[in-house]
Amino acid sequence: MSEGNSEKEKRKIKSEKKMRDIMTAYYIDAKTARQNNKKVAWITSGGPVEPLIAMDIIPVYPENHGAMIGASKMGVDLCEKAEKMGYSNDLCSYARSDISCATVNGGPIGGLPEPDMLVCCNNICGTVLKWYEVQARYFNVPLFIFDTPFCHTEYTKEAKRYVERQIGEYVAFLEGVCGRKMDQDRMKDVGRVSFEGQKLWQEVLDTAVHKPSPMTAFDAFFHLALIVTLRGTQQTIDYYQGLLAEMKDRIHAGIGAIPREQYRLLWDNLPIWYRMKWLSQKFAEHDACLVADTYTSAWCGAMKYIDDNKFLDSMAEAYSRIYLNIGVDEMAKMVIAMIDKYQVDGFVLHSNRSCKPYSLGQFDIQRIVEKERNIPCLMIEADMVDERSFSESQVSTRIDAFMEIIKDRKKGT
Amino acid sequence: MDRMTEFRRIVDQPYVYLQKLKNQNGKKIVGYVCSYTPEEIILAAGAHPARFFGTKQQIHLADSHLQSYSCSVVRGVLEEGLSGRIGFLDGMVFPHTCDSIQRLSDIWRMNIPFGFHLDLVLPVKLNTSSARDYMVDVLKKFRTDLGRALQADITDDALRKAIQTMNAIRESMREIYELRSRTPRLMSGADLYTLVRAAMIMDRERLAGMLAEMVSEMKAKIAGAKEDGALKRIVLAGGICNHPDIYPMIEDAGGAVVWDDFCTGARYFAEPVSEEGDPVSGIAGRLLRRVVCPAKHAGLDRRAKHIIRLVQEHNARGVIFLLFKFCDPHAFDYPDIKKSMDEAGIPVLLLEIEDPLPGEGQLKTRFEAFLEMV
Repeated sequence: MSEGNSEKEKRKIKSEKKMRDIMTAYYIDAKTARQNNKKVAWITSGGPVEPLIAMDIIPVYPENHGAMIGASKMGVDLCEKAEKMGYSNDLCSYARSDISCATVNGGPIGGLPEPDMLVCCNNICGTVLKWYEVQARYFNVPLFIFDTPFCHTEYTKEAKRYVERQIGEYVAFLEGVCGRKMDQDRMKDVGRVSFEGQKLWQEVLDTAVHKPSPMTAFDAFFHLALIVTLRGTQQTIDYYQGLLAEMKDRIHAGIGAIPREQYRLLWDNLPIWYRMKWLSQKFAEHDACLVADTYTSAWCGAMKYIDDNKFLDSMAEAYSRIYLNIGVDEMAKMVIAMIDKYQVDGFVLHSNRSCKPYSLGQFDIQRIVEKERNIPCLMIEADMVDERSFSESQVSTRIDAFMEIIKDRKKGT
Repeated sequence: MDRMTEFRRIVDQPYVYLQKLKNQNGKKIVGYVCSYTPEEIILAAGAHPARFFGTKQQIHLADSHLQSYSCSVVRGVLEEGLSGRIGFLDGMVFPHTCDSIQRLSDIWRMNIPFGFHLDLVLPVKLNTSSARDYMVDVLKKFRTDLGRALQADITDDALRKAIQTMNAIRESMREIYELRSRTPRLMSGADLYTLVRAAMIMDRERLAGMLAEMVSEMKAKIAGAKEDGALKRIVLAGGICNHPDIYPMIEDAGGAVVWDDFCTGARYFAEPVSEEGDPVSGIAGRLLRRVVCPAKHAGLDRRAKHIIRLVQEHNARGVIFLLFKFCDPHAFDYPDIKKSMDEAGIPVLLLEIEDPLPGEGQLKTRFEAFLEMV
């Protein structure tokens, strides 16, 4: 069953090393910002980062940090520390681990560089508001809240007016903290570069349409880091161009992400960071490839609202209508579009204790998918960072049973 | 029937009451789950606002829509909807507050066949001029949307009248709380709980009249009453409180609840609406000024300061926090508020509350130990 070393080597994505180098350099830059007279802003993953890049402020992402903590299996220890500080163990594990990490400079990179300001956009959840309030008190630095009213069924003209006004307030906030004006030409360039980066990231994800897919969702979770953290920089474009070329080469050479792709699956919700390898092997053993996911495409899912020549104006709508800031039925529509686009045979939903906006509503999405596309669905109860909410044996059994159903269905057709 | 009996009946059987109100007065009933609901606008449309707090029944239908890590209010309200027990509703409105209610709104809209469904997407931050303008804008939109849903013309005059009614209720409630704070024995905690809860369910005109009478009666009674220095005065804090049993337990242990910071308590009647100028702007102004729910942002220390002020104003000896299980906004605030209380030398007891409550014995012991200490 197991493939030889040369086969494994062939399947390995070569860009990975470059990505690790870029991220290392980025964190060194961020951690030495003070020495280089640069300011650091902590910002939420769905937040408008482009004005920070245009102002030469280094953006730092506590959520990316949370993912690293989870992937390095340091989540339980840090979550427990937060619980000792009085935070309930029902709270988001990114928030818990980041809040305690700030006080001990622990975690895989010895803590994040201290912020000069905090930028919180609530288009992903209400949790970030509370989390950033905690950090604003702890670090005693200015907090800007970019409030994007939830779009249950529409982006109202009232919301549009409010969010557009906040763009001006946001720029004024940054100018105030930095003590200098924003260069509007630079902002336009950054906007174009951001848009270009999002397009490229979507193209990278699109290569998974090919059978066999040259990449899995687990690869996407890894390569996602740049579109989250360095969106709006040339570096991101260069990197994704390289990655895209590599994916295209793999398609030409017939190299699939897993040895024998028989079944294609769609993933919903954040990754289970501390079991990525195990899960990817588990599915690969069943010849199943997770070809796409709803999470990594969230960073390019609102491109249709962006006018790359008027980035700053159009970003109001784009940031308001991202995947998590829309109604459950709208999300179900996007899931179905992905099922069709990537031609998947099954849908795996991670019911993530940490993330209510992502998880509440999943049962309804599952029912809609079963009704409209009649494909098997599997819901896994877990948490993105806190391993205490994960039962390996239970998940393993459920994946086996789920794959049996998929195999039977495929045989029947 | 005396007033308290009437309130108790309404609270015990709210659906019987609401159904009757609908049948006899032809009132359209509009449900809600959050204290940011602008009841004045619903009243001005000629409809009746009624708050829902969860369910008294076993939850099973809602389990196929909401995971076990969502709070019992959200799951309970959905259960009442899915079971059809509140099928008499003409509509349900969802002001935007926390992540769970946000998704409850979607799930309600997608699954509940009866009545209209309206979102009121309020701002999350309340302390900037654009947020204040947006608050007015969305309330105006809500006025239009609700008028359409109820096929009613919501006039400025009707709004002004509704504002007067609600302000009268708020003022009477505040007075009752104040009088009770001075002389807690005037009314048991359980009766106060029943009163506030009935206020969110029953006909507001009738309520306003009853409350005014109660205030005069209480004022007459208090004239000769002596202060009871032995009582240990306590402030309750948290989100929703669905547990009247807590009050007698505290009283039996020698305590008295003299104020609270619940959205099903003092936050419900906090702050009047300005009766000057544009009525919708007035309603917006109240929602912006009112002591915040932690799902909203009005600064970094508003809630801690507010609770400390309550303790000082009401000469309380300690604060009991009821932390509702899976209520993220409150759970995030708690450690900082606790720190502020410690710094101010105010003793705090934390109770994590689930529906149903832990055994009475266990709670009693904790209350007794806490009251012993303060």
